[in-house]
Amino acid sequence: MADPMRIRVVRNGDIADVKMLIFHPMETGYRTHAATGEIVPKHFIQTLQATHNGSTVLEVEWSRSVSRNPFLHFRLLGAKAGDKIAIAWQDNFGATGGGEATIK
Amino acid sequence: MQATRRKIITFIGAVAGMALAPINLLAAQWNAKAFDETRFADSLKSVGALDLIESGQIQLKTPEIAENGAIVPIQVISEIPNTEKVFVFAEKNPQPLVAIFTFVKNVEPFFATRIKMGESAKVHVVVRADGRHYTTSRDVKVTIGGCGE
Repeated sequence: MADPMRIRVVRNGDIADVKMLIFHPMETGYRTHAATGEIVPKHFIQTLQATHNGSTVLEVEWSRSVSRNPFLHFRLLGAKAGDKIAIAWQDNFGATGGGEATIK
Repeated sequence: MQATRRKIITFIGAVAGMALAPINLLAAQWNAKAFDETRFADSLKSVGALDLIESGQIQLKTPEIAENGAIVPIQVISEIPNTEKVFVFAEKNPQPLVAIFTFVKNVEPFFATRIKMGESAKVHVVVRADGRHYTTSRDVKVTIGGCGE
């Protein structure tokens, strides 16, 4: 687990709004370093999976055109109190991260 | 004796299978070819988004004017039955394909995220449902481009 992330889940009946903020630079490879003038290598999250009690519900593929510290909001159906939501991502360097939340 | 050995081999196979399973989970698909395309038409082709049907059943929310191209909020709701995937494109970005969302199960065909836009352009959304491709788009005026970010 490289960087931390925040997950917030708000359940309304059996629908849960899952919002997350992942701390990641999402470098495009087009930015030059202010001090050295060197190009900052591209470094971005490529894949993200959301699971609900262990089974995959959402798969995301991202490009470097997703903003720094990515925000993602999705809606889970069939949500119950006590259910677990887990997020796992992987970037172009092979680094992985993620987080977990329990639905209230 | 032989039976025992077979059992042991079967057992080893099962353990190896279990060890591989989590690796497969992490190695999710990333469509490198499509994400590397530099022309909008080519990125559409690379994801197989052909014969696009203009649809009023896709709600695409974007700001009309984005002061900062590094953070452009986007929200999509598909009202098309059996929506499997949603593709997002920023037409004039160096690589137009921005994101692919696959709704596996038990999720609404909905998402909100934030994207970067290099310059004023159309944001296109393509929905794949029952093997067909539906689309809508919106113009976003960008005051300061965000691709250097």
